[in-house]
This record gives sequence, structure tokens and C-alpha cells, in this order.
Amino acid sequence: MTYSYYPGCTLKTKAKELDRYARVSAEALGVTLAEIEDWQCCGAVYPLALDEIATKLSAVRALDSAKKEGRELLTLCSACHHVIKRVNNDMLTNDDIRMKVNNYLKLDTDYVGETNVVHYLEMLRDAVGFDNLKAAVKNPLKGRKIAAYYGCLLLRPAKVMQFDNPENPTILEDFIKAIGATPVITGYRNECCGGYVALEDKAIPQKRANMILEEAVSKGADTVITACPLCLYNLETNSTIDNKPTICYFTELLAEALGLK
Amino acid sequence: MTVNEKELAERVIRISGVNTKKCMKCGKCSGTCPSFEEMEYHPHQFVSMVEKGQIKKLMESKSIWTCLSCFACIERCPRSVEPAKLIEAVRVCVIRQQGENHLKANAVPEKLDENMPQQAIVSAFRKYSK
Amino acid sequence: MQKIGVFVCWCGSNIAGTVDVERVAQAVANEPGVVISTDYQYMCSEAGQLKIRQAIKEYGLTGIVVCSCSPRMHEATFRKTAQAAGLNPYMVEIANIREQCSWIHKDKDEGTEKAIILAKAAIAKLHLNTPLKAGESAVTKRALVIGGGIAGIQTALDIADAGYEVDIVEKSPTIGGKMAQLDKTFPTLDCAACILTPKMVDASAHEKINLFTYSEVEGVSGFVGNFKVKIRKKARHVKADLCTGCGVCTEKCPSRKAPNEFNQGLNKRGAIYIPFAQAIPNVPVIDTEYCVKMKTGKCGLCATVCPSKAIDFEQQDEIVEREYGAIVAATGYKLINLDNFEEFGYAQNKDVITSLELERLMNAAGPTKGTLLRPSDNEHPHEIVFIQCVGSRDVSGCGKPYCSKICCMYTAKHAMMIRDKYPDTKVHVFYIDVRTPGKNFDEFYRRAVEEYGVDYIKGMVGKVVEKDGKLLVQGSDLIANEQIKIEADLVVLATAIEPDPSVKNLATMLTASIDTNNFLTEAHAKLRPVESPTAGVFLSGVCQGPKDVPETVAQASAAAAKVIGLLAKDKLTCNPCVANSNELLCNGCSQCANVCPYGAIEYINKEVNDHGKREVRRIALVNEAVCQGCGACTVTCPSGAMDLKGFTTRQIMAEVDAICK
Repeated sequence: MTYSYYPGCTLKTKAKELDRYARVSAEALGVTLAEIEDWQCCGAVYPLALDEIATKLSAVRALDSAKKEGRELLTLCSACHHVIKRVNNDMLTNDDIRMKVNNYLKLDTDYVGETNVVHYLEMLRDAVGFDNLKAAVKNPLKGRKIAAYYGCLLLRPAKVMQFDNPENPTILEDFIKAIGATPVITGYRNECCGGYVALEDKAIPQKRANMILEEAVSKGADTVITACPLCLYNLETNSTIDNKPTICYFTELLAEALGLK
Repeated sequence: MTVNEKELAERVIRISGVNTKKCMKCGKCSGTCPSFEEMEYHPHQFVSMVEKGQIKKLMESKSIWTCLSCFACIERCPRSVEPAKLIEAVRVCVIRQQGENHLKANAVPEKLDENMPQQAIVSAFRKYSK
Repeated sequence: MQKIGVFVCWCGSNIAGTVDVERVAQAVANEPGVVISTDYQYMCSEAGQLKIRQAIKEYGLTGIVVCSCSPRMHEATFRKTAQAAGLNPYMVEIANIREQCSWIHKDKDEGTEKAIILAKAAIAKLHLNTPLKAGESAVTKRALVIGGGIAGIQTALDIADAGYEVDIVEKSPTIGGKMAQLDKTFPTLDCAACILTPKMVDASAHEKINLFTYSEVEGVSGFVGNFKVKIRKKARHVKADLCTGCGVCTEKCPSRKAPNEFNQGLNKRGAIYIPFAQAIPNVPVIDTEYCVKMKTGKCGLCATVCPSKAIDFEQQDEIVEREYGAIVAATGYKLINLDNFEEFGYAQNKDVITSLELERLMNAAGPTKGTLLRPSDNEHPHEIVFIQCVGSRDVSGCGKPYCSKICCMYTAKHAMMIRDKYPDTKVHVFYIDVRTPGKNFDEFYRRAVEEYGVDYIKGMVGKVVEKDGKLLVQGSDLIANEQIKIEADLVVLATAIEPDPSVKNLATMLTASIDTNNFLTEAHAKLRPVESPTAGVFLSGVCQGPKDVPETVAQASAAAAKVIGLLAKDKLTCNPCVANSNELLCNGCSQCANVCPYGAIEYINKEVNDHGKREVRRIALVNEAVCQGCGACTVTCPSGAMDLKGFTTRQIMAEVDAICK
């Protein structure tokens, strides 16, 4: 099983653990991640304004790269996944955007949304299978109580992301069960961490992160996992509660359970 | 509504793709918004104010900088009005003006801390500047 | 040559506002065969019809063209007019210059031009019309009611009281439907059971009513007055003729794993069960999915304890075939699935419930014996939030675009009853609009606010989160322009209703149409609201659209009146515009029979005389009583043998030629 892999900027800098453990775990599970060449920053936010074209080009280049390899494009960072998946949907469904992007890029053949964008978690669920993952676990995280924090970008808008039930997702909980731990379900697992507003006003993410973590702790979680570097940052750096749980990327626990850490 | 405001309202409608007339004024967007307290005008008010052409008030409001782009109002809107798209369009109308970048490049270094991921910086730049 | 009269109707300003009716009348006055062409304000009125009748006599007309509204509206009217003046009713043609001209054109010249063309087409067709005579068919004097809720029961009782036999087919083990689950009914707060169960008893005791419970319709053939229906009586595994309804089996059954459907899954029931104490018939049924004996062969305790040896593990489904003159659909509704509305946490929190679950929690015969206790810990809730419009008025694709109509009133009822019984309980209702059109309805809602102090909040809830054993409800208060948070003990969702899913299959069997929301379509939204467009099929209750109990009962009786009107006839006039096959052209290919939706075409071997050559050929034969005149066979027939009376290929081509001229 080989995927074209798009790591994204943050995974090369602040979120190296997210990337490193994803790679070793994939290898152990028989999945090859072939990093695409010359990828550029996805832009981190999906441009909602319909007349934004230039900000969508780098995502299309990545998509076209995977198309040329004849592979699915695998993403890991929630923001990259969100942007690339939605831009791909635009290329598939919006005639105006598709025409303008292709006019601009002048590719050998027009890109019209052919590439399938897959998140690492979707790969675990649909290609590897959580049952097979469970069987591959060498070091089950027995006794660990883990709250999944989904954030916004993987789930919404559900019609485009088609990732999971946006209000009652199960994929991370199923992942937690597969690595031998106990999932703790929280109400705020799909409520925003405060996002990029952190750059301007830390008070907003602080309020959000405290609320999210307090709930996780009150429901007995010792660990909170995420797939998003910005969520991890807000929860870890911008929260001020005392009894903070461990906050880490899901790939760290995956590697730990597979005996690779 | 001045000529200029009418043109602005049309631009907001055009680049957001929102049909404000579909709104049934249920308020679910504002009931769901995680940034409600930080906003001067709330998501449901964006819908009615854009419809009335009161774009300048919205352009001057801090609401456009405190929307978290979490898409909760988009996901939960029962009428597919999706107010966050209006907020984005108003924000874009502001930053596309000469010299109106909300976030200036030279102001960034002082805002950084050692843990802040690139994702946050790029996101904020894309949202706040042109 | 026909002698034709043309009558152009103004329809007040409906037509005359956009079509120059005088010009239309003049423009066709010199068409071949036209001997009189005139216009009038309301052609369908008494005076207008008189004008037509006089003209027929005065000019000796052989046919008339009426340029007016859609033939669906008044074709029958003008056929009667013509008949009254001695003309064959099928010598009438309608040119639809309202729906097809005036209502869709803004430009008067364009509208007028098109009206003239349509009138000319109708004249061209009329030249080829021949008088047709309608045949007759007999009427089976028995009705079938599908669905045994309050709608079906009321329809059946009214038909039976008029002296006709009625069968009710109900898919669940008892009649009673949703109303049997309700606690009180608005706006008078009578107990639902007190007014429903006597009707259930009446239905079961009525000598003209026959109940098929735990049964489903499997197939329908035939046509108005002469339907043939296949009914599957599912195996109860209890012999109804031996069972005395003592209930020992249900008490002794050791399995207690099956969710109790009647209590909306709030508690469990045995594998052999009677849905509720007043069920009719009072005969248990074995749920084979949960019965230990049926699954493993071990147990059989019910058979051991049954004093009348009524348990029969070997019982098989039985197919019954019955004939009916009329069929009434009364298939009712269900609540929508709430998976798309998990922001309210229905699947994630036990104390987030639907309104129907609340009915059971407040019902004396329910799982809590009428004491309001929240499901998670059986404690009294002290603060309750109601959320209106959950899944209704939703065009996002998650819910239903329509208003479910009953929720505003039942929520007011729930809120009022809780405040009445537990005055220390705070009750909040998040609403978008409060819709209370109905006799004494708004007064009822205002009582909830003014006398019972229910807190109505204009706004919608965005999110419900469980926090320290409470439900944190976050929503907007639009009047105050605030986002509010309420720590509630119980959250009740006024969940949208949708037609019972069985209606889709049933609609196919009945060739009745359903709309985009799967509600059965009425023949005319205003003037024929209880009839389906398929003759002999009638609509009762929520299967046609959301309704409360009073409205359902009114419509159920209306449907019954229509059925009685049909069954009272000894003979029905058939539509003479039916297909017929030219036996000399037919090559017996079967394509017409394959496309016929009514099963009206069969094949026979017949000796034909083809230009002096006698031979036996396989040819199509149309059963004129079954044919509905849809024309599918005529356009399918590769040899041109099939034609439709009143709409022959020649007639259609003459119209096309006239339009293209």
C-alpha cells in the first residue's frame, strides 16, 4: 500500500513528532508514505471567499502531483487535510474555480479533482482496519484513559470532509480502543480551541483550551490526543489549568503502542 | 443605504455566495458560536445587516477579527445560510483595501512564542492580511 | 365535416389579463369547420354553460373546443354541458390557455399568439374525434384500510357504520398506533387512552370490521371497484383462536432483552409480549429475534405454562387474498432519525430525549408509571429545556424542509403539564416561531406562558454538553441578543416527523404518487384532499401530510365518506379512452405488456383473416376495465398496432401539424 504523502510546513518544524511517528508506524503497518516532491504550504486556512483563486493553487499542485503518481494523497495535519480536501472538492464541483485554476496553472492536462484525499486516520480505519491495527499492537496502552480532541477542521463541513459524524464522531475513539486504551468521550471534543486568533489575542484560546481540558479532566482523562498542531499548541501552551493532562499527537501513542517509541 | 454601501453589500453577497433570504432567523448560528462573547455583532446579525446593506458597521466591527473560522455555524445552520461565509467576505472587503491589513508583518515577531506553530502564523496572515 | 363551436373563457382576469381573448375567438373563427367562435367572462358558470348549450342546439354543433383552464380542472364540467345538449361528451376538446399561456407569459401578444395556436391544435384534433361510450364495471362492496392507528380506525368505523365491510391491515401486533402511546391530547388535555381505547374496542367488536394485525400488504392488483390484495399474516407463533389473553406466558418469559417499542425503548420487554395492556387483539406475539427457544431450541417455558396450549413455535406466515372496491392508506408517521443532530447529543446522553419518549415518561402506563423521572438516574428533573424544530424546516439536507405542525402544541402541552404537576420545576422552551393555528390553540399556548410560567425563549440551541451530571444547554436568546447557557436536568427534542417508511413500497403497489418528502399526494391540494390521483385509493391521516389528532380524525372521516360514496354505487363508469390493438398489425412481441403498469394487456391466440389468409396468431388483447389510458403501450408498440381511443396517433399528429403550421 503506497500513498503520496503531504506532510506540510508545521510537520517539518514544530510538529515533528506528529510526522516522525506517523512514518515509522506506517512502515510497521506495511504502508509506504511517498512524500511528494516540491510541495508548498497549503495556506493553512481554506479561503471561503469564492473569488480567491491564487490561495488555492498550492493545494492543487499537490493534488496534481499525486494524480501523476496515480496514488491517493495522504495528509496528516488537520489544517492541511481540511484545505486540500476542500480545494479538491472545489475542483470537482465548482466550474468557475476549476476553469480559473487550470488557466493559471497550465498543467499538462487539466486537474479536475481526480485525486482522492485521505487522512492518516482514515487510512488506519479503512485501509489498515482497526482490527488489524489492534492485532499489530505490541504494547497495548492498558489503563490509559484518553480523550480524543477532534477540533473543527477534520469534521466540518461534513458534506465536504465526509470524515465522520461531525457531532458524534467515533474514529479517534475507535483508534484509542485499538491501541488498548479506554476512550473518554467529551462534549467539547469538536468545539474550537481558539485557532489562529492566538496570534493576536491569547485570552480567547486560553478560555477555550481551559474549558476543553477541564471537561476532559473532570471526565477522568489522563491524556488528550489531537491531529492538529494548532490545537495542540493552544491546549498545551495557552491553557492555564493546574492539573493539565498529557497532550500529544495521536501518532505518538500509535508508535508507542506499536513498540516503536 | 449609500451607493457605496449598496455596492459593498452586493460584493459581500457575490464573494460569499450566501443567500441571506433563506435565513429563518432561528439564531442557531449565534447559539453555537464559540466566539459570541468576543463579538460586537453576532453571526445572526451579519445575515440581517448584510441584507439591510449595513456593511460599513460590520467592516468596522471587531467581530470580523474574532471569528475563529471553526465552521460550527456553517455545519449547524438548518437553512444553509452559513454566516461564517459572510464574516469572511466582510473581512476580505476590509483587508483588500490599500493599507488596511489588520496584521502587519513587522508586528509579527513580538507576537510569537517559542511553541507557536507555523500553522498559526500562516493562518493569521491569511485571515488578517493581503 | 364537423360543425365546431369555439368558446374562449376569460377566467375573469386570470386569462383575459394576459391573453386577448377576443382576438383568439376571431382568429379561429375561420378555421375549417368552425361555425361559431365566441368569448365569455366565466365559461364554467351557469350562464357560460348555457351559452354553450344554446350554441350546440342553434348551430347543430358536432363538437366543441373550450379554450380555458387545465382539463384537470373543468374538462368534466364541459363534457357534462355538452352531454346535456345532446352531444357525445367525448366530442369536447379543451385548449389550456390559462396554465399554459396566461399564467406563464407576461407579454400579452406572446400569450395571445400561443393561445391561438393551442386553439387551432384542439380544432384539428376535434376533426378526428369520434363519439366514445364508457363501459361499466361492478364494485366489490368492501374496503381495505392500511394502517390501524387513529386515522385507520376512524375511517374503518365510519365505513362500517354505513353498512360496508372493512378490513384493517396493521403491521404491528396491535391497533392503536401512535395515539396509544400519548399521555394527554391538546388542547383539552383528555387522556389519549380514554378516548382512543373505546374506539379500538368498537373497531374490534364491529361486525363489519375485520382486523388483520401483525400483517402487511404484499401486493395489489386490479383497479377502482375491483382491487385484489395479497395480505401476509405474519406468524405470531401463538394460536389466536386458542389464546385467552391471560398473559402468563409474557410474565414467565425469562428473556428481558428486547427494547420495548411501545415505550420507545425506554425499558425492556420479554420475547413473548403484548405491546400494552389494552392491546387489540389481546394476543401475544413471539419476537423470534429474542426468543431463546426459536434461536437455540432450549427454553419453551411459555409453551409449558400456557393453560390453553396456544403457543406454536412451528407457525408459518400465511398469505390471504381478498377483493376490495376501495383502499385507504392510513400508514401514519415516525420520528426522524436524530443522527444528523448530534449537537444536541441524543445518542450521547440518556437525558436528552424525544417528545414521544417524554409522553411515555409521563404516561401512567409508561415505564415510570407516570412519575417524571430522568432516564439516567431516575431522579426528578428540576430544570427542563425543550428544543423546538429539531429537524423540521431544515433545508440543509440534515432534516426535513417542512414544518411538522404538531410540535408547537404538544410542547406547550408538555410544558404546561410539567409545571402543573411539578411546580418547582423550571421549564424553558427554545422556539423559532410558535405556530398555533387551530381552535383554542393559541389560547392554550398562552396559558402555558401566562398561567403556568413557562419560559419561552426566542432562539435556537447550538450545543448540548453533559457536565457534572447536568446538561449544559447553550443557545441564543434573540430578543436579548445574548448567548445563554442553562444547566438542565432533562432536554426534550421536538423531533420532526416523517411518513412511515412502508409508504414507499405501498405507493408503488397502489400506483399512488408520493412527493419529495414521501408523503402521499392528494388528487387536488384544495378540492380533492383525501383522494389519491389513482382512482379508488384514498388518504387518511399523516401519510398525506403532518396532522394532529383532531385534523387526522376529520380527514379520516372525510376519506370514509369518499369510500362510502364509491361503495354505494353498483356500477362504475369506465374511462373509454383506453388502448386497443389492431389485430392485423400486432406481431405478438409482448413489448406492450411489458410496459403496461396496470397489467391490462394479455396475449391470446386468435384466428385472424389477413387479406383473405386465415391463420392463428398470438395477439395483444386489452382489458378495457383495467386499462387506465396512460398510453405507454401505444408509444412502445413497434408495429403501430396499439392505439389509444380519444388520443389516437392521427389525432396527436394533427395537433402537432396544427402547431407547426
